Amino acid sequence: MKKKKNKHESRRDFLKLGLTVSAGAAAGAVLLSKTSTGSTKSGQKVKLLSEDGQIVEVDKYDIKPDLQPAGRKESRLGIPGRKFVMVIDLARCKNARKCIDDCQEGHHISKDQEWIRVYLLQDSAESAPYWFPRPCYHCDNPLCVSVCPVGATYKRSDGIVLVDTHRCIGCKFCMTGCPYSARVFHWYEPESAEADKDIPYSPETNIPAREGTVGKCVFCADKVKNGKLPRCVSGCPMGVIYFGDINEDTVTNGTETVVFSQLISDRSGYRYHENLGTRPSVYYLPAVDRSFPVERGYESLDEELKERYKNTPFVKKLENES
Amino acid sequence: MKADNPTALLKRFAPDLEKTSKLGVAWIIFCVLLVLLGIFALITQITRGHIVTGMRDNVVWGIYIVNFIFFMGISYAGALISGTLHLFRSDWRKPIIRMAEFLTIFSLLIGPLYIMLCVGRLDKLHYLVIFGRIQSPITWDVIAISTDIIGCFLFLYLALLRDFARLRDYPDLKVAKWRKKLYRWLAIYWKDTPEQRRRLERSTDIMAGMVIAIAIIVYSVLAWIFSVTLQPGWHSTIFGPYFVIAAVYSGTAVLIVIMWIYRKIYKLEDLITRKHFVNIGVVMLVLGAFFGYFTFSEYLTKWYGSEKNDEQLISILFDRYYWLFLFSNYAGVLVPLIVVGLPKLRTIRWITLAAVVVIVALWINRYLIVVPTLETPYLPVQDARDAWVHYRGTWVEWVLTIGGIGSLCLFFTIGSKMVPIIPLSVVEDDKKID
Repeated sequence: MKKKKNKHESRRDFLKLGLTVSAGAAAGAVLLSKTSTGSTKSGQKVKLLSEDGQIVEVDKYDIKPDLQPAGRKESRLGIPGRKFVMVIDLARCKNARKCIDDCQEGHHISKDQEWIRVYLLQDSAESAPYWFPRPCYHCDNPLCVSVCPVGATYKRSDGIVLVDTHRCIGCKFCMTGCPYSARVFHWYEPESAEADKDIPYSPETNIPAREGTVGKCVFCADKVKNGKLPRCVSGCPMGVIYFGDINEDTVTNGTETVVFSQLISDRSGYRYHENLGTRPSVYYLPAVDRSFPVERGYESLDEELKERYKNTPFVKKLENES
Repeated sequence: MKADNPTALLKRFAPDLEKTSKLGVAWIIFCVLLVLLGIFALITQITRGHIVTGMRDNVVWGIYIVNFIFFMGISYAGALISGTLHLFRSDWRKPIIRMAEFLTIFSLLIGPLYIMLCVGRLDKLHYLVIFGRIQSPITWDVIAISTDIIGCFLFLYLALLRDFARLRDYPDLKVAKWRKKLYRWLAIYWKDTPEQRRRLERSTDIMAGMVIAIAIIVYSVLAWIFSVTLQPGWHSTIFGPYFVIAAVYSGTAVLIVIMWIYRKIYKLEDLITRKHFVNIGVVMLVLGAFFGYFTFSEYLTKWYGSEKNDEQLISILFDRYYWLFLFSNYAGVLVPLIVVGLPKLRTIRWITLAAVVVIVALWINRYLIVVPTLETPYLPVQDARDAWVHYRGTWVEWVLTIGGIGSLCLFFTIGSKMVPIIPLSVVEDDKKID
């Protein structure tokens, strides 16, 4: 292994080695520090499941280590040549809320905060209701970035918009600037603060969180730099969310990989509130030929969650009928 | 007249500078208590986090920003009024001009504190300078407000200079040594020579023009903080002029109330007469008419066009905020129009009462600009937590508001204990020139 000069990079040597096939980061963790001492092959074999279902054995040394979440400076640079895009298929969403759970768990955020929210929308009284997951849109003309007085939030070359909470002064101007309510504020000392205090800070994960600063969906910048899907994408049991690279014109929801432009053209993909001119990186496919009836996403909820949607015309009608 | 010859007015106001009555002491203690209470609330907010306020993820700015707009507004009004009246050489302005200048500078010192209360990390406040981005309207505001503070301080100082010299040259003034020293120091060799007078007049003219311009720019910048965003209630082209008019309007009302209070306490009935109230009242009436006109065009276009999100906003303004809306945008416009408009009602008492209505109405007007807009974002607020849906100011926010009012009162009290509230030199000397 090459000698690392950068402080940030040398830290990676000791950190976890994620495997493509592992379900969770912890399950596949292997300490690289042990292997890095050997000059060529370590001799230790690791069993992996290949894409076509075969079990293969590879030498530990051949497994590339995961890139760790970047520090404050590096995280301002995007991944060269990349331009990320997300497509959300409203026809498949049934408000299973796994995207929210996985996001909260992965980013150590409390139940009070949702970087991805699921709204129950209905454009008018006669039109059809639908579940509407809303991550940060990582706009190409982001107002939140324009209005930030200190450059704490920034747009990277790969399209991702991040927040550096060590720079953030907590003025919340970005929150009023964002027309999609995508940003959340740490109104109190984050619950995870104590447990996370030894983790080196990275804007790519926003861990550890800081009180009095703004947080939001980071498009799982730490995952995508390793060629993995964002947590909301991999967490969704319905394959609602596709993620990919607009330069490659490809998006995937983990099981199916499709041509982005084809998908948008075949399914009449659109962006929410195009008229606002923010140019989001997130596209929606209209809820046509839906996989589940809308009420499925409401009936299975616990009472507290039901409360959220109580004031929507659809739920009012639903409650009246029953 | 030589400045070392104590004039009638100086003799008259000297006792107010020399000693404080028991009631006065009690009043100062009361104001200090209000400020201390505010400091206690601030400490609570800093130690327990912004969760102690009513602000949440949708309504991220609340009473604090309303107070910010309000205090900055009355400050600009002071600058505009004193600057304009100075340039027009209106004779009647003389007794009230110092109150306007005090109002400018004191509220300008309090206003920006409120925007700091909205800031989540006060420990990072210096980043506004170190990492300031000129693209952000907040940076425009930082530059504009700091320019304004310097400009207004200079203007106030130029206006005070000759009075400092008078106090320095009045041998019988029974005040503490440090105050005499201070007057001597502040009077910087003012000898009242024709050359000095010429220069002072020239600089005051320049500064008067400057503070008028700066005041308009600062308040427009403040309005742009709201109108550059895409929020349905804020994204409006008329916000700049609308805010400037509203600011001067509310400030005129505050000035009337201050005139009334000082007239009572200092027994200034001979100096501040009904004429002053009527004249400033007419200014208030004109501004009120403009304010009503702007308010009407703003809401008419939103309502008539009935874009979905505008409609949503209008519907909660006329539902949950009905009485507040009625009071601020109807009573707040009509009451001064009627009171100053009808000769029978044009008395000191009625004009002052109308001014009080305007002050409250304009505070509510800003509240209705800030809060309902944030409660109706493009994506509907779907939340089970009531605090996240509806904004309600908490005791911390209200106590800090009262603390701000307390410090304004305290500043005025201390200010008028240090120098006469009537600009002696302007009233007495310039009469001869005119």
